[in-house]
Amino acid sequence: MTGQAALFEFLCRMGDNTLILGHRVGEWCGHAPVLEEDIALANTALDLIGQTQMWLGLAGEVEAQGRSADDLAMLRDVWDFRNLLLVEQPNGDFGQTMMRQYLFDSWHLLMLRALEGSSDDRVAAIAAKSVKEVSYHVERSGDTVIGLGDGTSESHRRMQAALDLLWPYVGEMFADDAVSAEMATAGIAPEPSSLRPAYDETVGALMAEATLVLPDSRFAHTGGKTGTRHTEHLGHLLTQMQWLQRAYPGATW
Amino acid sequence: MKPSVTQIWRWLDDVPDPEIPVISVVDLGIVRDVAWDEDTLRVVVTPTYSGCPATRVISMDIETALRDRGIGEVRIETRIAPPWTTDWLSDKGRVKLEEYGIAPPSPAGGPDRCPRCASTRVTRISQFGSTPCKAHWRCDDCLEPFDYFKCI
Repeated sequence: MTGQAALFEFLCRMGDNTLILGHRVGEWCGHAPVLEEDIALANTALDLIGQTQMWLGLAGEVEAQGRSADDLAMLRDVWDFRNLLLVEQPNGDFGQTMMRQYLFDSWHLLMLRALEGSSDDRVAAIAAKSVKEVSYHVERSGDTVIGLGDGTSESHRRMQAALDLLWPYVGEMFADDAVSAEMATAGIAPEPSSLRPAYDETVGALMAEATLVLPDSRFAHTGGKTGTRHTEHLGHLLTQMQWLQRAYPGATW
Repeated sequence: MKPSVTQIWRWLDDVPDPEIPVISVVDLGIVRDVAWDEDTLRVVVTPTYSGCPATRVISMDIETALRDRGIGEVRIETRIAPPWTTDWLSDKGRVKLEEYGIAPPSPAGGPDRCPRCASTRVTRISQFGSTPCKAHWRCDDCLEPFDYFKCI
């Protein structure tokens, strides 16, 4: 794999994570348990979609085939997406959504902080822009996980169930491969595995505060960021997200 | 004759922020540079939040305002680095925000006081508010909710 091809893959990974999670979180719009949460979720989704425009915009530039961020978002099918399996998982209840958000946000913040020092100025600029927004996301998702985990017996039960369900999707965030090795050698992005100790420390402390127990197993579902094996949920999500372009190819406004 | 850059900055200071019309795009600190490139006026704008829907409207408003002043060739450029910070809000803008009922950003991470009654007893309701740049707070004395311009 050439350096440019690996960079394209890496940028799709970043942009597809924010795109797919942004879409998932946006599904709550008008459905959240209370107005403040609805607004907070919509704002988070908006930030993520904004970040997607930067990541996929740069991906299209690097690829140099004339594809825009919109083309990449709306005209690819499942096998071309490079997002983590975690972010394509269904929303479930509000607690499950916030657990998924916290598990992602914690990784996202660590990754973006590392990317602020990227050897590629364009990557560093996007990271520096995004890190401010993501600091807010993790503050809120972390607070919510604590509030619900250490809440009523019902909310505690649901948060523990959410953690048990989603934990097997955490390992993929830290899996190294040929793309990440290429990025690390070029000084563009860190090896994902290098972020794990800091992640375990932060997330472990927060879960303890939330009176939740981290599962023992490090078993990890993989195949999202390589595109080799997405879960069935991504296909269903794309039928919603890409509906307009599928029904009216090339439609613009 | 081409209007001077100083004059153009003054004109831009009349372009209101579409979401918070009491402050101008210059007060907001999103106009980063204004320069003539031969006969084309180049205006560099930075987004507040990466997904802020107002960004596009702002670029359009700037272009319209300058065309209305007779400048035919305007090029709006978006620059994301260095990222926008609330440190770039003007002092004038901060005063206007508070008069409008929005607590200006504070490095302490929360509003100094209620923009209505000036009480310092305030509580955060949510990190997020009605637009990406605001958080939702409440005054514990006058009991009114209010917006706080997030410090980033």
